[in-house]
Amino acid sequence: MRLIFREVFLSFRRTPSLSALSIITIAFALFVVGLFGLVAVNLRLALADIEERVEIVMYLRRGTPRAAAVAARADIRSFPEVESVEYVTADAALERARSELVEFRDVFGDLVTNPLPASLEIRLKPGFRDGQNVALVAQRLTGFRFTDDVRFGREWIAKLDRLRDITAAIGLFVGAAFALASVIIIGTTIRMAVIQRASEIAIMRLVGATDGFIRRPFLLEGAIKGALGGLAAVALNFAAHQAVNRTLIETSFFSDAQAGLIVLFGTLLGLLASALSVRKHLRQV
Amino acid sequence: MIKFNKVFMAYPKGSLALKDASFHIKKSEFIFLTGHSGAGKSTVLRLIYAEHQPTSGEVRVSGYHTTGISSRETSKLRRRLGIVFQDFRLLVDRTTEENVAFALEVTGTRRGVIGPKVMRVLTQVGLAGKARSYPGQLSGGEQQRVAIARALVNDPFVLIADEPTGNLDQRAARGVFQLLQDINTNGTAVVLATHNLDLVRRANYRNIELQDGEIVFDSGNDTREDMDE
Ligand SMILES: Nc1ncnc2c1ncn2[C@@H]1O[C@H](COP(=O)(O)OP(=O)(O)O)[C@@H](O)[C@H]1O
Ligand SMILES: [Mg+2]
Repeated sequence: MRLIFREVFLSFRRTPSLSALSIITIAFALFVVGLFGLVAVNLRLALADIEERVEIVMYLRRGTPRAAAVAARADIRSFPEVESVEYVTADAALERARSELVEFRDVFGDLVTNPLPASLEIRLKPGFRDGQNVALVAQRLTGFRFTDDVRFGREWIAKLDRLRDITAAIGLFVGAAFALASVIIIGTTIRMAVIQRASEIAIMRLVGATDGFIRRPFLLEGAIKGALGGLAAVALNFAAHQAVNRTLIETSFFSDAQAGLIVLFGTLLGLLASALSVRKHLRQV
Repeated sequence: MIKFNKVFMAYPKGSLALKDASFHIKKSEFIFLTGHSGAGKSTVLRLIYAEHQPTSGEVRVSGYHTTGISSRETSKLRRRLGIVFQDFRLLVDRTTEENVAFALEVTGTRRGVIGPKVMRVLTQVGLAGKARSYPGQLSGGEQQRVAIARALVNDPFVLIADEPTGNLDQRAARGVFQLLQDINTNGTAVVLATHNLDLVRRANYRNIELQDGEIVFDSGNDTREDMDE
């Protein structure tokens, strides 16, 4: 084991520029992936914020008895998709309108009879706040006898869904493209390292070193470079995040687990790339 | 110990490099493998150290059948062989003792025993005083001695040498040959591929002569002994 670390260290010392180059390319690739990740993280937070406000409003027919509304509320609460149901009486609706729509306070104040209907405001559980589930629940709500109207911004929710889908798709695509690019770059640097050490490898073979033994330092080298690249990428992302915060808008950074995941991803990427490259190029030595 | 039985060897894009070769090398034997360039000497050696596998026939080395041998078994086999070449194949960025120690390190030898083993073989080849020199600071003859020391350090039962004197002047060549003879005297078999007839004439060892991939002469061929083992 000590020997392997010595070999890895030697390879860094023997080819400092090559080693630095591969770390930088991995760092850059993961930095770009990370940037996208940051956008995705912040977009997701923003979406969650918006989704938080997604609700279905079920207007009740005028004259619906309070007992019927309360019973319906209990019924709707038991839907698996539903998080909470709030019963807003006609009086409460008027009160709310008065306080929220300050400009029309006088208008509301002058009213003799309350023009606003009572309603049930339904909030769905986090996993069910997409267009399909919202429409499904709304459909079910129209089945109540005393339902006057159900409103839920169908278009708007559908757009939100699409935005999230597009975000995910671009993320996957960009991530995959850069992962592939770094695999190729790491593979190339490992290939150069293998070629550079061809005479050593040939001698190792000659004196009876096993293939596993010959491969190990390259794999370790790839993994270490990947990990260093991942760390550098996290640092770069943090710098970018700080710069955006200072100049543009307040954004969130990765959680420790997400940052760890980037480093882990870099490590695995380095390992995978060197494994592929070593397997292919050791045969040619 | 090393046994070729009706061995044919064809390279992927080449004609037959070895045709119907059969011979048996016994323990502690010294063998010359002679013939013109392209006769098939290196091919025979590569078959012994399982760099190649025979196209047909069988090669047996120390109990291993090299046909279909796994890479793990090949490693095990090579730890029991010592191999040297015309071009020495030393690592130029390592000293004499590091070059020799390399063979032990990469085969998982305990660190504690590496130093003494290296000094022992360097003394044996007469280079104890140059342990800290780099290959570039050594003469051709000395470099070949380092290569021989590296080949010996794992205590092989046979030393395989492919034109080891090809890059050396006559004096150095004779010195290396003398070293190989000493090694053989200590009980290690030696298979020496060479077209240096000066050496062949200097000692009365068994000579297997190849011509266009065929064994045309074998001074020590004894088919009866081929049968046992
Ligand atoms: N790797 C190879 N690929 C194709 N042909 C080869 C290869 N190595 C050797 N040969 C051919 O095999 C024959 C024997 O070569 P070799 O064993 O190297 O001869 P020697 O060592 O006696 O000079 C020659 O005709 C040579 O051209
Ligand atoms: Mg040859």
